[in-house]
Amino acid sequence: MTKIVATFEVSYTQILNKSGKLTGPLPAFAQDPEKLIELYRAMVLSRAFDAKAVSLHRTGRLGTFPSAVGQEAVCVGTASAMQETDVFLPSFREHGAQLIRGVTLVEQLLYWGGDERGSDFSGPKKDFPMAVPVGTHAPHAAGVALAMKLRGEERAAVCLMGDGATSRGDVYESWNMAGVWSLPVVYVINNNQWAISLPRSAQSAAETLAQKAIAAGFPGEQVDGNDVIAVYDVVDKALKKARSGGGAHLIEAVTYRLSDHTTADDASRYRSDEEVSARWSEEPISRMRTYLTESSAWKKEDEESLLAECAKTIEAAVEEYLATKPLPPESMFDYLYAELPAAYAAQRAAAVAASDENGDD
Amino acid sequence: MTEHTLVGAVNLSLAKALEEDETVILFGEDIGVDGGVFRATDGLVDRFGKDRVLDTPLAEGVLAGMSVGLAAEGFRPVPEIQFMGFIYPALEQMISHASRLRNRTRGRLTCPMVLRAPYGGGIHAPEHHSESTEAMFAHIPGLRVVIPSSPRRAYGLLLSAIRDPDPVVFLEPKRIYRAVREDFEDDGEGMPLDSCFIQREGTDITLVSWGAMMHETLAAADQLAEHGTRAEVIDVATLRPLDMDTILASVEKTGRCVIVHEAVRSNGVGAEIAARIGEDGLLSLLAPVGRVGGYDTIMPLARLEGRYMPSTERVVSAARRALEFE
Ligand SMILES: Cc1ncc(C[n+]2csc(CCOP(=O)(O)OP(=O)(O)O)c2C)c(N)n1
Ligand SMILES: [Mg+2]
Repeated sequence: MTKIVATFEVSYTQILNKSGKLTGPLPAFAQDPEKLIELYRAMVLSRAFDAKAVSLHRTGRLGTFPSAVGQEAVCVGTASAMQETDVFLPSFREHGAQLIRGVTLVEQLLYWGGDERGSDFSGPKKDFPMAVPVGTHAPHAAGVALAMKLRGEERAAVCLMGDGATSRGDVYESWNMAGVWSLPVVYVINNNQWAISLPRSAQSAAETLAQKAIAAGFPGEQVDGNDVIAVYDVVDKALKKARSGGGAHLIEAVTYRLSDHTTADDASRYRSDEEVSARWSEEPISRMRTYLTESSAWKKEDEESLLAECAKTIEAAVEEYLATKPLPPESMFDYLYAELPAAYAAQRAAAVAASDENGDD
Repeated sequence: MTEHTLVGAVNLSLAKALEEDETVILFGEDIGVDGGVFRATDGLVDRFGKDRVLDTPLAEGVLAGMSVGLAAEGFRPVPEIQFMGFIYPALEQMISHASRLRNRTRGRLTCPMVLRAPYGGGIHAPEHHSESTEAMFAHIPGLRVVIPSSPRRAYGLLLSAIRDPDPVVFLEPKRIYRAVREDFEDDGEGMPLDSCFIQREGTDITLVSWGAMMHETLAAADQLAEHGTRAEVIDVATLRPLDMDTILASVEKTGRCVIVHEAVRSNGVGAEIAARIGEDGLLSLLAPVGRVGGYDTIMPLARLEGRYMPSTERVVSAARRALEFE
């Protein structure tokens, strides 16, 4: 005898299509045009910051930087659906989300400029710093969520990662924990179709990345990652479920990396210009602008003043960043331990002496 | 002859290995069509095909673990870890399996593989991209740990590593990937593993180093020479097993020794070398063995990276201390 013992489905949600037309009913939060404008503004700021960061790198004033062009809806939709008391665990391409969480532009510039203070957020005190080793933050999210659950709090963790990260053991292991203990955590995959030069099709033979959650015993779904309304909506629902004891959730946001992997990459070595150009028609900002304009919530003047405002905000942040003096060399020792062990005194003194010799201030 | 950079030499060496031995197989993240993020494998997939140069999904543990399986089946896998900072999931496989497959099975199964990774600081890379943690691997019996310091040595040592019947961790000092060019023939000539190279002969003090720090060490030797001190400079090249004979013979001649490495100062390979000199060369010593290393700190991000890295000046002053000791 053979019978079917389990069947699964993976849904895909889109509310606003690439032409800026509604393909589904507007969720309650989106009935308020002000809310939509807020999401739109955040995406525009993220993209403007992105362009500035890349140009700072080109002129030698910032380190390697991972642009998020085209993926703004994933970050903005996800972070906007979070409550302040939730915890965000980013990988490294999430400046759009971090901005909403309250990580300042200056802090982000400091991080990518090679200054540890960039991870000492003035805003979201419990949010995690960026996780450069891909996927290694997925277990942290499970741990954060377990803490919330053990204390019976109505909070949730949100962990954002790339499509490449889903191949890592840490990620599978975390999902297994999240499923078996029904943890209040929402994993969001920024499926931008590429992991540096590896296309999504070569990353996994699974039809969707969302279905990997099903193996771990919790729901996984796809969303149009270029539709900020849909991203917000599915994350919002998943978070509400997680905070109220409903367990973990996986959201695969399907989008596209329109830029090089980072400023150190040259994507023309492994993908065609035609492929990239074709994807520009799907990017998240213009469809939202079309929708807002057509529903008379947004005018040309609004756009102009938004762009001017973004430029000003970014300029001020860049100035502050560039004016921030590097830490003194002995700061290398300041946060190794709660208190610097006595065994370190000589090395710290040597570092100070070396910098005095160099005539540092 | 042609001039080659260190990364170019790695590329040549890999090509030669693929050419001479059909069991050699390369895999790793972005090593195929992209040619590796440092271009170490540039052009190899076009020349040798997708069955021998494989782009893998993003998972470091499986790269090392799969190598064990391939090696047991008669392949010579040469996996690349994109940066040493991402090598840690591979540790379990290297420590619990690759290093001991021969021993566990009394030689029935063996593990000829070379785990390659660029390592070290000095290029203002992002977080986790600049550490030097070679001591972790050097601690493991059954592994060889090899670090080249020049293009010629990268070429020859990598070829020997791939031909070696046991697992090798081959760490490439990325700071000098393109810093110098060297003339040599692509002649398939390997270089000996398990032995140090005397880079410069001298009589007054022995300076011992490896990898990118060889450059600061040689610069320090130049500065000392201006003041009439003739330093002998040794490139360790293979950190495990350690060729102490060469180092001890040098120290016997000079009576003074300074060890220079980029890794944090404590509990590293420098400590091992110093201890061995203490054990077997104490009576030749005219001064305590000196060590110059990174501070025992987390590798700072780019802005303070230069403050962490051992400088030529630090090497020179450690040498002076040893020379002036009475
Ligand atoms: C564990 C680990 N391996 C390799 C790298 C080098 N690397 C940085 S990003 C990246 C690709 C990541 O792809 P994906 O998860 O899809 O995220 P994306 O960059 O597309 O946002 C790689 C291989 C790394 N940072 N961490
Ligand atoms: Mg990706």
